[in-house]
Amino acid sequence: MKIEITVNGRKRQFDVEPNKLLLNLVRDELHLTGTKYGCGIGECGACTVHLDGEAVLACMVLAVDADGKQVDTIEGVAEDGNLDPVQEAFIEEGAIQCGFCTPGFIMTTKALLKENPNPTEHEIREYLKGNYCRCTGYVNIINAVQSAAKKLQS
Amino acid sequence: MSINKVNTHIIPMEFQYHAPTTLAEASALLEKYGDEAKILAGGTDLIPHMKQRKVEATHVINIKKIPELACIKETSKGIEIGANTKLRAIELSPLIKEKTPLLSEAAATVGSVQIRNLGTVGGNICNASPSADMATPLLALDTVVNVYNREGSKDYTLEEFLHGRGEVKLEPGELLTGMTIPLQPKNAGMAFEKVGWTTFDIATVNVAAVLTLKDGKIDHCRVTLGACSPAPVRVYQAESILIGEEPTQELFDEAVYLIAACVEPRESWRRAPPEYRRKASQALAIDALTRSIEKARRLA
Repeated sequence: MKIEITVNGRKRQFDVEPNKLLLNLVRDELHLTGTKYGCGIGECGACTVHLDGEAVLACMVLAVDADGKQVDTIEGVAEDGNLDPVQEAFIEEGAIQCGFCTPGFIMTTKALLKENPNPTEHEIREYLKGNYCRCTGYVNIINAVQSAAKKLQS
Repeated sequence: MSINKVNTHIIPMEFQYHAPTTLAEASALLEKYGDEAKILAGGTDLIPHMKQRKVEATHVINIKKIPELACIKETSKGIEIGANTKLRAIELSPLIKEKTPLLSEAAATVGSVQIRNLGTVGGNICNASPSADMATPLLALDTVVNVYNREGSKDYTLEEFLHGRGEVKLEPGELLTGMTIPLQPKNAGMAFEKVGWTTFDIATVNVAAVLTLKDGKIDHCRVTLGACSPAPVRVYQAESILIGEEPTQELFDEAVYLIAACVEPRESWRRAPPEYRRKASQALAIDALTRSIEKARRLA
């Protein structure tokens, strides 16, 4: 099936089978491998992308269902070679260890801060509960989100 | 645990994809393909099930392109919610927060934000899972569901519609279009309580309560219990002993005993044994009743 998706601001045409997942389209056809395949069943959040601005799991969306929509991945977050404040905050706060979960966390954090520029710790934990980090725990990640919120407000 | 024993990277089957834009078209497709067709709404259950071959479908009918299926609006009859309304929209809707707050509480307990941005209320009900977190509160609100078929539309009470695990009252060619929550009594206190393995998880037990007070006595009362029987149930016995009485700890203890008696043990229960569910349903029901009474008192 012929579809058109705007990926990170660029319109792209694809010819896909109906059973192709958005995640595999992004990773295999566009080679945007920042979005990770973790569990495949909606538990881990590693495949989080924005679909028309909302954080969703790319492993649960059919590529054909994204026809005509806007998909934003981690690769589209930095602008002109400059990291996004959320990315900077994750680095500065040491919120990254192996890095596998980080793209998902950053995409979810961006959605959170767009909705709620100044979240409490409880709100951050609640919003990020669908993203798993198996390296180090969540303290630095929470710190990074708080620091990103401050950066974006200043 | 049955996580990732199979490849969940791909959907290991081919199917034909349909994206009808009208109800008539969707209904014709459903009638034509019968059991071979599956409706795709949010996809948060269908897609993982297809990946694991728990569901085999040769036709997938995406109903997201039918515009009238996604809405939340107030009418003279109450609140209308379209079947394709995202759980996240229900969670955040100011109208729902104001009129039926237990529904936004319940929606907020489903999965993660990413899941709620995909999952729909119609899907939550039509999967007919005993632990559907929207079914229990909707049942406590006397919800009427609207079903489309080519001859016209039909209305069922949610109680009639949910007639057992894995099944809802839909004939071939029919689809759920939405639901109407009738006007609730003014001053109704409402609460939803749930326990799962984690806060991310589906319910091991969920309970909803809606009640009002008149001259210090319980007037209107609905208590519903989910995940403990083939479909969520209204606990009529508990409601009848609560109505007309002053809310006291002793009365609640008696009522929650009747609620726990609705637990119907099943062989296939993996999440928790019957005794856990009985105790948890009592504890959650006490919390739900207490919170509803507190709210009803504030509103009275």
